[in-house]
Amino acid sequence: MANNDSIQKTLLVAVTLCIVCALFVSTAAVVLKPVQVANKALDRKANILAAAGLLDPEVSVEEQFKKVRTRIVDLETGKFTDQFNVETFEQSKIAKDPATSVDLNEADIAKIKRRENFATVYLVEKDGELDKIILPVRGAGLWSTLYGFLALENDLNTVAGLGFYEHGETPGLGGEVDNPGWKAQWPGKEVYDDGEVEIQLIKGSVDANTPEAEHKIDGLSGATLTSRGVTNLLQFWMGENGYKPFLKNLQSGEA
Amino acid sequence: MATLKEALTSPVFKNNPIALQILGICSALAVTSSLKVTLVMCISVILVTGFSNLAVSAIRNHIPSSIRIIVQMVIIASLVIVVDQLLKAYAFAISKQLSVFVGLIITNCIVMGRAEGFAMKNPPLASFIDGIGNGLGYSVVLFSVGFVRELLGSGSLFGIDVLPTINDGGWYVPNGLLLLPPSAFFLIGIFIWILRAVQKDQVEKEEFKITKNTRSVKEAF
Repeated sequence: MANNDSIQKTLLVAVTLCIVCALFVSTAAVVLKPVQVANKALDRKANILAAAGLLDPEVSVEEQFKKVRTRIVDLETGKFTDQFNVETFEQSKIAKDPATSVDLNEADIAKIKRRENFATVYLVEKDGELDKIILPVRGAGLWSTLYGFLALENDLNTVAGLGFYEHGETPGLGGEVDNPGWKAQWPGKEVYDDGEVEIQLIKGSVDANTPEAEHKIDGLSGATLTSRGVTNLLQFWMGENGYKPFLKNLQSGEA
Repeated sequence: MATLKEALTSPVFKNNPIALQILGICSALAVTSSLKVTLVMCISVILVTGFSNLAVSAIRNHIPSSIRIIVQMVIIASLVIVVDQLLKAYAFAISKQLSVFVGLIITNCIVMGRAEGFAMKNPPLASFIDGIGNGLGYSVVLFSVGFVRELLGSGSLFGIDVLPTINDGGWYVPNGLLLLPPSAFFLIGIFIWILRAVQKDQVEKEEFKITKNTRSVKEAF
């Protein structure tokens, strides 16, 4: 027993244990990866539907997602493009590749560094006409990048819903972006006023007396930076560098 | 050495890790607002305490005492990561709710306490059973806390409505305090109180005894 404490034995035990544990952990991670990826994809679809207020917990997500049409938009021209396969299109990869993204420099109000030139949009159709459109948005909060979806009604101005599916904000403060009570304020708000992005989070709460209440949403208490981040990311994605050219084209039927 | 049956059952009420040893309180506050989440957390903790005890005990004769705490930590951390990965793969929605608290099983004092206090000195089978027993003891407290919190806090049990709440047109006004973590303090306190009222030997000796007045009340004033 005494030689357990010799330097050789200590090192041997430490190294062996590390190798065994590392093997154990990495095997589990690798084996379970495909299932986790599938879960994430399903969760993403559920979030897309939830942002548009279409998610029905009774029906399977895959089934409900059938009425959603996925298209790819060229953000430079603001028009639909068919140069990618929707099934294999990976927006996060496109965003990293210098050939398919732009460096934002000063225009980077959402603090995302590079913006991809192509983005996936989800069209919900009813009787052959556009009912809702769901746009992926992202931007920096306090600790993390918030990834979410903004859904617009068919006037392309009224918000149908907003939801974030991935973020690392402080639980209970910035994490309240997931609070259903807070999210319930979004539907009915208007993004643009005279072509300018006016939607924003304000300090305190919005009531009927607040001027331009239709563009304003309650800030998250105790989470000034997360609230500012949400405002900024909407300002960016709904602006000239985001979906605005595309929405304009869609409105006039030229997309 | 305790018999296997004792090792399994004594931590449940007689030597409960939360109620008597007051270990592992933090997660008991965090994950008990709904029973579904509590159940998954309890299963995870039972598995981690059981298997970490087993692993530590199996190599206990080779662990150099200078690094024994780190060795235990590495084993516990690996198990917790694997449990977290499994949850992400097979219980995605719940793993999102549990978020950091699965990872925090690593710092749960019960796991560490049993590895150091029991598994280092006992054979693997007994250690494994002891781990499961302590996990069960933890679960009993979490369940009773979770039961009260979900029932009175949101009017449901396992997500099924039991008391129809005002918001859904029923009569029950949910008690919002019970959805907040501090309420678990009161409930754990009550649990310990009841337990010690039944099992009087768990009552600790008073550390200080206030001596009786030596003067009469009249003199004192």
